[in-house]
Amino acid sequence: MSWRIADRDLESRLILGTGGFRTHDALAAAVEESGAEIATVAMRRVDAGTPGSLLDVLTEAGVMILPNTAGCFTARDAVTTARLAREALETEWVKLEVIGDDKTLLPDAVELVAAAEQLVADGFVVLPYTNDDPILARRLEDVGCAAVMPLGSPIGSGMGILNPYNLRLIREQAGVPVILDAGIGTASDAALAMEAGADGVLLASAVSRAADPARMARAMRMAVEAGRTAFEAGRIPRRLYADASSPMEGVPELS
Amino acid sequence: MTLWLNGEERELPEGMTVAAAVAAVGVSPEGRGIAAAVDGEVVPRDRWSETALADGQRVEVVQAVQGG
Repeated sequence: MSWRIADRDLESRLILGTGGFRTHDALAAAVEESGAEIATVAMRRVDAGTPGSLLDVLTEAGVMILPNTAGCFTARDAVTTARLAREALETEWVKLEVIGDDKTLLPDAVELVAAAEQLVADGFVVLPYTNDDPILARRLEDVGCAAVMPLGSPIGSGMGILNPYNLRLIREQAGVPVILDAGIGTASDAALAMEAGADGVLLASAVSRAADPARMARAMRMAVEAGRTAFEAGRIPRRLYADASSPMEGVPELS
Repeated sequence: MTLWLNGEERELPEGMTVAAAVAAVGVSPEGRGIAAAVDGEVVPRDRWSETALADGQRVEVVQAVQGG
């Protein structure tokens, strides 16, 4: 079943970050296996010695390019980086990241909301990478973000979803898509996010730093599909005790 | 005059334009997927050839790279 961010209809609920792939070929193979329709990039100083073009690889793969503002610590730098990305890539979409700390890479909530507000006013489609804080998610939606992207755990940590309760609260109240972004370690983490009602999952390291990235990309694709399908199917309630699935009536007396 | 091109201090001709500064960092100003900022303000590509730089300005020329 398709879904939508802003005015864009999507089939795949997996968004692939391109960071960490050792080669463009490995990236291209993972994009294909993932089925992703959106892939993120970062903006950095040009390096005349860089071989080949990342943009060519992604264009060839047919994915929409979503620039991020990774590495920005202030709203001002994030807004400027988003504007540079808009110039360079001719897209109004931005994955907004404003981090507060080098060690945890956790978002700086105050700067994040300020940047989101400015970028929305400037016509951007803003997808903010945010803490798994339901109140902050609400504030980001209030200022006009097109989605909210709470972390499961710190970027690249592979610790999965540390606070599923918060994710559930965010999902329950959000009127925009909720995309679990960061912390995914393996397929079951992605499935759990989708079972909790996330509309999508964004991941990079879990695939790019896996021993076999293309195979892990395929696993993530299946996990996201399985988790979403299970969510839509409606799981059974958890019980403390057993609830027999075979009838208790008509059991023969055998001794 | 002195300019800071992508963090590197360079001695460059007076009145140099943004287009020339982009070329000076080693990429073609016509190339796809690049953008430039001067002192933290984005200069749109269609103004590169008419925007002159002044002594001491910081020019950043960026492109898309792999990133999450």
